Amino acid sequence: MAKSLQTLDEVTIRFVGDSGDGMQLTGTQFTNTAALVGNDLSTLPDFPAEIRAPAGTTYGVSGFQIHFGSQDILTPGDTCDVLVAMNPAALITNIKLLKSGGIIIANTDAFTEKNLRMAGYSANPLEDDSLSGYNLQKVGITKLTANALVDMNLSTKVIDKCKNFFALGLMYWMYNRPLDQSIRFIEAKFGKREPQLAEANLRVLKAGYNYGDTTEIFTTRYEVKPAKLPPGKYRNIMGNTATAIGLVAAAKKAELPLFLGTYPITPASDILHELSRLKNYDVKTFQAEDEIAAVCSAIGASYAGNLAVTTTSGPGMALKTEAIGLAVMLELPLVIVDVQRGGPSTGLPTKTEQADLLQAVHGRNSEAPLCVVAAATPADCFDAAYEASRLAIKFMTPVICLTDGYLANGAEPWKIPTVEELKEIPVSFAKDPEGFHPYSRDEKTLARPWAIPGTPGLEHRIGGIEKENITGNISYDPDNHDLMVRLRAEKIERIAADIPLQTVHGPEEGDVLVLGWGGTFGSIRSAVNRAQASGLAVAHAHLRYVNPFPRNLGEILYKYKKVLIPEINTGQLLKLIRAKYLVPAVGYDAVKGLPLRAEDIEQRIQDMIGGKNG
Amino acid sequence: MAETITTSPEAVKLTVKDFQTDQDVRWCPGCGDYSILAQVQRVMPEFSHKKEDLVTISGIGCSSRFPYYMNTFGLHSIHGRAPAFATGVKIANPKLQVWVATGDGDGLSIGGNHIIHLLRRNVSVKVLLFNNEIYGLTKGQYSPTSRMGQVTKSTPAGSIDNPFVPVSLALGAGATFVARTMDRDPKHLQEIVRKAEAHRGTAFIEIYQNCNVFNDGAFFPFTEKDTRDDNVVYLEHEKPLLFGKKKQNGIRLNGFTPEAVSLEDGKFSASDLLVHDQNDSTLAFILANMIHNPTLPRPMGIFLEQSRPLYEEEVVNQIAKVKSKKGEGDLQALLDGDENWVIQ
Repeated sequence: MAKSLQTLDEVTIRFVGDSGDGMQLTGTQFTNTAALVGNDLSTLPDFPAEIRAPAGTTYGVSGFQIHFGSQDILTPGDTCDVLVAMNPAALITNIKLLKSGGIIIANTDAFTEKNLRMAGYSANPLEDDSLSGYNLQKVGITKLTANALVDMNLSTKVIDKCKNFFALGLMYWMYNRPLDQSIRFIEAKFGKREPQLAEANLRVLKAGYNYGDTTEIFTTRYEVKPAKLPPGKYRNIMGNTATAIGLVAAAKKAELPLFLGTYPITPASDILHELSRLKNYDVKTFQAEDEIAAVCSAIGASYAGNLAVTTTSGPGMALKTEAIGLAVMLELPLVIVDVQRGGPSTGLPTKTEQADLLQAVHGRNSEAPLCVVAAATPADCFDAAYEASRLAIKFMTPVICLTDGYLANGAEPWKIPTVEELKEIPVSFAKDPEGFHPYSRDEKTLARPWAIPGTPGLEHRIGGIEKENITGNISYDPDNHDLMVRLRAEKIERIAADIPLQTVHGPEEGDVLVLGWGGTFGSIRSAVNRAQASGLAVAHAHLRYVNPFPRNLGEILYKYKKVLIPEINTGQLLKLIRAKYLVPAVGYDAVKGLPLRAEDIEQRIQDMIGGKNG
Repeated sequence: MAETITTSPEAVKLTVKDFQTDQDVRWCPGCGDYSILAQVQRVMPEFSHKKEDLVTISGIGCSSRFPYYMNTFGLHSIHGRAPAFATGVKIANPKLQVWVATGDGDGLSIGGNHIIHLLRRNVSVKVLLFNNEIYGLTKGQYSPTSRMGQVTKSTPAGSIDNPFVPVSLALGAGATFVARTMDRDPKHLQEIVRKAEAHRGTAFIEIYQNCNVFNDGAFFPFTEKDTRDDNVVYLEHEKPLLFGKKKQNGIRLNGFTPEAVSLEDGKFSASDLLVHDQNDSTLAFILANMIHNPTLPRPMGIFLEQSRPLYEEEVVNQIAKVKSKKGEGDLQALLDGDENWVIQ
């Protein structure tokens, strides 16, 4: 039977199954292949904090969503076109995300009485007409996997572990993708050490592909052409990887060793994993005994002249607070990466949130100003980490770099910069004892000298007790303290003169400015694009610099009738903007541990203007 | 005094004065800290490293003001965390000589977690733990080394906390150099500081230090001239444990239990006594436990010295090993990643 080939601009697929079903791997493989065929894409891994929750339970469901296309892809998709459900629990928890008429690929073998009961189904949804609004495709993935491996004498457990590659192969067939990227992956992962596993996975992958080709169930396959991205060299990259190599790039440009003092915490640990493999780039990773030791060791390394970094998430930020205050007092360069997750307390370790903003800007005892930058997309984590490092060194200050769980684990194509394109990061250690004072300042930046141990004649003492201006000696003088409080604040304010002016996407004045920061970039941009397409005078400004704000931000805000600030918190940037600029900005928020839905933001814009045509 | 060596270009001989700062020392008059500072400053010129390579790091507390009075690079950090700062400094630049000054509160209470990990890793940092069995800077609360029943500002009915034995804690944490000395025995204190400096690895020195304001005389039985001989046994490597004014008493092992014996009543001779072996960790634990038996003298000296790889050297070695295998990291290759594609 001839199969028809239909071209689509964009598709969202959501792979869902048990935590042990390998959905993250399947999604990542599909992503890497989509990247290599030249699609633009955005991903959303969505998994529970439990490592292997009991099979078949709804709380054990792990998902991976990929939105790919031949046009600009900004978000992982509010809803999906295809739902690959490996069991009933995966289906029941995710069906609401499938578009009406969307395709369900259901692994019929997992729809057993026990699994149906655990998921909360009273009847098998594959057998009644409850899914009639969708294009339901029933595939016995487990049995077909076993059939493909029947002569290999493998245990049921091993066979079961291969079934995700059947689903992957089938999706490759359906979206006309080449298998070679995944074949290379399987060979590299199992190849020499476990040739039997390599053989099994390859067979199953191909079996899935061939099943699509030969079975009569599937009559249509789809093509998604490469995206028209600007010319250049691209790779697919996840946020945490981008952060890690951004830090390495900054250290290399600054010609300093990179020191990472950290403690494992979800969702930041992958930065440690990544950096610990890069020892030949003069990267020293120190897994400390706790979050406090992690940041303190980094301050020690900074004092001794390394580019020093600590990485963490919200609870770790809380623990590091006192030491970050010391870094403010010591005026040493330090990069603090906070991969935000749902909170408070342990909260939602594997889910995203943007609620550490006020903690980053204000969360220390007394007046402890520092610089805060935020990453907008997974690939943008590179630029954010790089810029945080540059500013830390130039202004001799701690800089907090905010990313989040969605950015950390999400992926997208990244236009790779050349080393030459990266901004220079000049470092000059103090050398001359003549007239040396630890708290003398650069006239322009107010940065103090970086005087590292080992430099003859520069022996001096610094610490957490208030410093006398210039000499750095202990001082309890009231006027001196007042002066130092203001000098520390002024130094951070002066960063505004060093950073680019804020840009705006859309009209320079109009009805609504949508102001965002961090990982909501894609959702907001998507919503604003749609609103603009419907003829509305709406613009989008997205902040890289949250403290200090770009120097033209106030001016921009006053050019629009209304300002909308969407955030995954209950209005933290909103508070900062209202307080500083006295504009009647309004917020939009949904604190669900998930990216904001573009559709919801668009609706909010429409509501503010009062209907499509305002 | 050993020969004074300096390798700085001017080849100026360093003296005690070179290690003194222009800052007024702000400890209470009569405080044991003065002696510790003086002894450390006295032996510093003997060491072969450059003055600019010395870094003194502390946390919070009376003892932690130490760096302000040492004319070296110094970092007065936050409460309890000095070992973590010191570890970062050593990893960043292994050639620096790092000394940590801490106290029983800073090092064993709020910073307990950091000190044990510093010791187990064997980062070459020298730790001077000033033990005065009291909180001084916060004005007289009990500390994790205060004794059961001790009446302090925060324990008007007596402390109900079982105290740490710092030496035992250090041994348990896997320290490679563990010693005890006291503020009022300058010669012994100097000698232990010398030995600690020479040790390759973390050196942990507990120093009995008198707080004459909030806990005066806590260690007088061990530190005062008229009682010291009867209450202190000095540990010397490969020598029998003798004590008393005329060295007329000794320590012997009865099974695993140390006991004090007289060499004057004819029952025991010097050959029956325990001979110290500072490389024997089992013996070190036994000696550390002597504190629990009030009839025994208090051991002073080096409980244990062992050889183990240095943490900061292992960091360097791993980097060298990876470089020799993979070559110097190429930044562009890192940015490019393993799989990429070109859009024309």
